[in-house]
Amino acid sequence: MSTVQIGFARAAARLMARDLRIALRRSGDSLLPLGFFLVVTTLFPLALDPELSLLRDIAPAALWVGALLSSLLALDLLFRDDGQDGTLEQLALCGQPFAGLLLAKTAVHWLLTGLPLVLVAPLAGIALGAPYGAMPGILAALLLGTVALSLIGAVGAGLTMSLKHNGSLLALLVLPLAVPVLIFGARATALAIAGEDLSAPLYLLGAIVVLAATLVPWALAAAVRIGLE
Amino acid sequence: MAWVWFHRFGSPPHFYRLATRLGPWFGWSALLLCLAGLIGGLVLAPADYQQGDGFRIIYVHAPSAWLSLMVYVVMASSAAVGLIWRMNVAHAVAASCAPIGASFTAVALLTGMLWGRPMWGTYWEWDPRLTSELLLLFLYLGYMGLRNSIDDLGRADRASGLLAIVGVVNVPIIHYSVIWWNSLHQAPSVMKFGRPTMPASMLLPLLAMLAGFTCYFVALLLTRARAEVLRRERSAHWIAAALAAPAGSGTGTGAGSAGEVPA
Repeated sequence: MSTVQIGFARAAARLMARDLRIALRRSGDSLLPLGFFLVVTTLFPLALDPELSLLRDIAPAALWVGALLSSLLALDLLFRDDGQDGTLEQLALCGQPFAGLLLAKTAVHWLLTGLPLVLVAPLAGIALGAPYGAMPGILAALLLGTVALSLIGAVGAGLTMSLKHNGSLLALLVLPLAVPVLIFGARATALAIAGEDLSAPLYLLGAIVVLAATLVPWALAAAVRIGLE
Repeated sequence: MAWVWFHRFGSPPHFYRLATRLGPWFGWSALLLCLAGLIGGLVLAPADYQQGDGFRIIYVHAPSAWLSLMVYVVMASSAAVGLIWRMNVAHAVAASCAPIGASFTAVALLTGMLWGRPMWGTYWEWDPRLTSELLLLFLYLGYMGLRNSIDDLGRADRASGLLAIVGVVNVPIIHYSVIWWNSLHQAPSVMKFGRPTMPASMLLPLLAMLAGFTCYFVALLLTRARAEVLRRERSAHWIAAALAAPAGSGTGTGAGSAGEVPA
């Protein structure tokens, strides 16, 4: 059998196309965290007085805690199947930069779970009494925030990949690391709802995304290699 | 071979002998320094003109808070050494750091809460420093949780070591984001420990306590690391010789060389 040498860009593109194809054939899996997000944000008005001014105050917290928990749930999908059937081992051995391939996988994971969450967030925002004018700000904050959460969470998913019951451990590992994202994201959302300038927390969120995108691939490759041993 | 001294640390018998020899020195220094610090802080130092005697909890709180961060850095550094040079002893040291660091963090939290009761009128205020101590405690718990849930020792070492390094990169980010978050909610708190304006009668006992707590940490770490090395090397030949030597004189070359030669 002859081997075909391909460049990294093509390898990553093929991997992403494969991951997307598998996910679209089983679209229920990646929609579940989305449903979870909507249900959680619906619970807040039910647990409180459904009074619009009160809801508007807690809207940033409800949106971001919901996004954080839903991204945590979605992390289970990231490496589970590919770890079990040996795909990750083949990726580690195939000669392409492992960190780059894992970053590509994480990007697909964000497309499947992070982006849909950003797209339905306006619905949840309106239900929580956020004014229409705040939507661009909420979308921008969630766009950056979900990228950061996918990246940070991926390291936790890689570290707990080989464990059988990893749900609560994953939460304990990832949630403290996600605190800065939560703080800046919720702050940006609160400023957007109040109709004020939200560029400062958005810049900080952007800085977290850049830092995470720079450092996470190496930590992720090391974590998955340890899990594969 | 300038690095021989470094790689010698990686040898369990050498580390065990060194830890056995150094442990008591740090233990006794800790006892003396803490006694001096406690007498200086609780008896000799004057009461604070604003906080009265309530400020004296600083002599336990500040050293614990300082150590809670330092232990995390020590843990991450030795984990990095273990990962880079594949040094089993360094992993044993990192594993021994975690429970000690978590305990110091818990003590810092608890004393902070006790101090907050008379000063703020409540046990828990979302003060940025206390909040980041709480998050640090979660980081320690995550580290110990990950280590406990992996059965294979080598993989547990490497996975939790990587987590410690990821954590140490994140600690400053978490700390400053919490400070930033809090400054939006309330005026800066009155808690300003360790200001240079402190008079010498209050500062000197604090420095003694800081040094004493640090020595106490090193003594604890050496003891725990010795136990950890013994547990990991339980089937090695040198153990019998090292344990047979009477305590205190177990540093002789006879015991060491006999242990290192395979029987």
